[in-house]
Amino acid sequence: MTDHKQPTVLCKISDLIPNSGICAKAQGTQIALFYLPEETPQVYAIGNWDPIGKANVLSRGIVGDINQRVVVASPLYKQHFDLVTGECIEDSEVTLPVFAVEINEDSVVLTD
Amino acid sequence: MINVVVIGNGMVGHHYVEQLVNSEIDAKITLIGGEPRPAYDRVHLSEFFAGRSPEDLALTTREHYAELGVDAHFGDPVERIDRDNKTVTTSCGRTFDYEKLVLATGSYPFVPPIKGCDHQACTVYRTIDDLGNIQAQSKNAKVGVVVGGGLLGLEAANALKHLGLETHVVEFAPGLMGVQLDTGGSAMLRRKIEALGVQVHTSKATQIIEENSAGETRLEMKFADGDSLATDVIVFSAGIRPYDQLARDAGLKVGERGGIDIDYHCKTSDSDIFAIGECALFGGRIFGLVAPGYRMAEAAISQLSSDPIPFQGADMSTKLKLLGVDVGSIGDPHGKDPDSIAYTFSDERIEVYKRIIVSADGKKLLGAVLVGDCSDYDTLLQYFLNDIELPKDPETLILPYNAGSEPALGAAALPATATICSCHNVSKGDIVDAIDAGHCSLAAVKSETAASTGCGGCTALLKNIVDDEMAARGLEVNTSICEHFAHTRQELFHLIKVGGFKTFDEVLEKHGSGRGCDICKPTIGSILASLWNDYVLKDQHVGLQDTNDTFLANMQKNGTYSVVPRIAGGEITPDKLIVLGQVAKKYNLYTKITGGQRVDLFGARVQHLPAIWKELIDAGFETGHAYGKALRTVKSCVGSTWCRYGVQDSVAMALYVENRYKGLRSPHKLKSAVSGCTRECAEAQSKDFGIIATENGWNLFVCGNGGMKPRHADLFATDLDDETLIKYIDRFLMFYIRTADRLQRTSVWMDNLEGGLEYLKRVVIEDSLGIAAELEQQMSHIVGTYQCEWKTTIEDPERLKRFKQFVNSDQEDEQIVFIEERGQLRPATEQELQTKLQESA
Repeated sequence: MTDHKQPTVLCKISDLIPNSGICAKAQGTQIALFYLPEETPQVYAIGNWDPIGKANVLSRGIVGDINQRVVVASPLYKQHFDLVTGECIEDSEVTLPVFAVEINEDSVVLTD
Repeated sequence: MINVVVIGNGMVGHHYVEQLVNSEIDAKITLIGGEPRPAYDRVHLSEFFAGRSPEDLALTTREHYAELGVDAHFGDPVERIDRDNKTVTTSCGRTFDYEKLVLATGSYPFVPPIKGCDHQACTVYRTIDDLGNIQAQSKNAKVGVVVGGGLLGLEAANALKHLGLETHVVEFAPGLMGVQLDTGGSAMLRRKIEALGVQVHTSKATQIIEENSAGETRLEMKFADGDSLATDVIVFSAGIRPYDQLARDAGLKVGERGGIDIDYHCKTSDSDIFAIGECALFGGRIFGLVAPGYRMAEAAISQLSSDPIPFQGADMSTKLKLLGVDVGSIGDPHGKDPDSIAYTFSDERIEVYKRIIVSADGKKLLGAVLVGDCSDYDTLLQYFLNDIELPKDPETLILPYNAGSEPALGAAALPATATICSCHNVSKGDIVDAIDAGHCSLAAVKSETAASTGCGGCTALLKNIVDDEMAARGLEVNTSICEHFAHTRQELFHLIKVGGFKTFDEVLEKHGSGRGCDICKPTIGSILASLWNDYVLKDQHVGLQDTNDTFLANMQKNGTYSVVPRIAGGEITPDKLIVLGQVAKKYNLYTKITGGQRVDLFGARVQHLPAIWKELIDAGFETGHAYGKALRTVKSCVGSTWCRYGVQDSVAMALYVENRYKGLRSPHKLKSAVSGCTRECAEAQSKDFGIIATENGWNLFVCGNGGMKPRHADLFATDLDDETLIKYIDRFLMFYIRTADRLQRTSVWMDNLEGGLEYLKRVVIEDSLGIAAELEQQMSHIVGTYQCEWKTTIEDPERLKRFKQFVNSDQEDEQIVFIEERGQLRPATEQELQTKLQESA
């Protein structure tokens, strides 16, 4: 565990909204958390800052898939971001930070 | 370089100059116009009274001519042509040399020699100055009469109607528009025009016009049959006469009844002088339409080039809207050929008249008359112009077609030279070329060729050709809304309705694949709301909503939201206005009054939305649905309650309409307005549905739009009572919701609707599809299940959980920064944001 920080509990599973997103704050960073109960994994975490729209809004986008990649659409200008890699589908130069999260009993924890 | 002088700057003279500049001919051009202003659109002159200014009507400007290198002079008419010395001299005494002279002097209105016609309240209708005169004479007037029931006369009647006068048309002949229409068509036109409140008097010879000393009006007209008519203003529009005096004085050959004689080259009896447009006489005929004038201009220009083209007469077919009535005339409308066969269709209930005249062998179209419905015009014109062999039963061309059936003329039958869009002169060949060049959709072809971007009359035909050509190339027309559903929105609506699906997951499972996306989810969310009207933030719906619907507020560029309570009809009490101010002040919101007559409050952080809305709802406000693809506002003027001119209570109607349709989810936003009289202060003719009061009830307009591509609404029905008005709107809106594409406003929907306005009228007014009761019943379900979504939300703690910036902290988003400007807050610019964040770090 020396390479990892202590897991941080972000919220309860019951705080998540199925097939949609919310925002958590950890170490001063805004993290957009998406909960897709039918998928594996069930929880995805990327940065909440939209580098194209320049606002903290990605947790409020619509989730779905484009060519089998699970994505969120920015609510500002509708670019799609891959929830697994953070890559912007429309502009591969733009990539969002991705956070490792997992479900631990009834909580969502940040694991790195 | 050839020295060309053009006399006259009407539409044809202007076209000549423009085309000559654009040609490869090296010419020095001098232009001399008699009117004080450069060329303007005479065809749409009556719109001057509907609010179009002289600038709007202008086709060009002095500056533009200067840029083109044209030496242009206005307001100084030519008085003399000296053919020996090849000069012209103006009334101010200026003299210009020419090598080639072009006469585009146009025509003037004919005023019949009636005693009293020189009274100052007797006017003509031809120029912008004439309009100014009509307007001046109409001040304090109640009644106006147009003498002349032809095309121009009816245009003039439209002008008087726009001025709010009780309008009469007096015609010497037994029918209206005798040149373009047969007796039956003329009778139907009369019936329709009278229904619009214009009184028509035919077979009337005016004998004398006298001052009316006793009555309430200024003048009295006395007719040969002993009748009389009291009026304040008279407009003469009884035909045109060519302006040929200059030519006469110069000794050029003119026709017996006027007009400068020209040959195939548009040359007069002096081969260095051309005449074009309405002053010219070709084959013993004056061509009183603008299109033939343009063709003459082009032919005349070509004579200066190495590749001259002859003018060979022109087709006088025409399609126009007179007083809002569609009228079309093709070829010979009277069936002068004694062997010809005529087919007539007339429906007095919907006031539509159609007639075609066919050659004796039944193979060729010789002429056609259309009144009340011009949807067949383009097809018929193609048959006529291209000599296409008619189908075995020609009557099928004008019989009412069943919804969904193909137009009679297959696109493949048309030759490449066939003109499809006459506004922009686009042929079928141009369209095929565009598709060959890779413009493989209707929209792409439209933007490449400009086809169907003028009057839009050829929309259905254009679509037909594009579909046909695409199919011929084996290109599939992909109408899927996204990769998850191989259906159009219209198909999805139908599937969901018939399947009775209540959630996105059910629809996805039955008819889609994958997980869905930001295209199909909101589309289906909207369809579900239009059909069943569930609360949009229910667990099974919330993931489908765009962020604006999710937070019941409009996201702004910095991630904050705007708050827009409903102010139905724009009517608000002082107490409520104070509450808006107090709430804005308390939460530090930027306040702006909108075009839709309400007040927007900007800059609310997501976590403050519930508290703000609680205060608003406690004060009696409800949600304004500014965030939804839904009914937005119904704007109104103060109406008959306060206004001296109002004829109906527009505010009460606006309140009723807004409250009826509030919360209705639709393919795109919906806006409406109600005006209390024809002055139209509420701008209803730019709305998705607009209502204008009349003495007898309400006129309904549909499918207008402001915004990026403004569209004037179409007059849909007139003088409706309250109940019928609402019934038609119910049906109209539900039909739009059923059939439109996603994010398609009513204006674009209408432009793409096969059969257009007439088809829509048949569906809504005559119930041609037999669905009216169902549409009404659906609307009544929506109206009956309305809820204020904000009220529901603030009463449900589960829903409120989401209205936080962070799930695990009560902190604010520190990257939302405001700057004060003009006494209010605004979002920081990117640079200001960086500076602020550095300061605080």
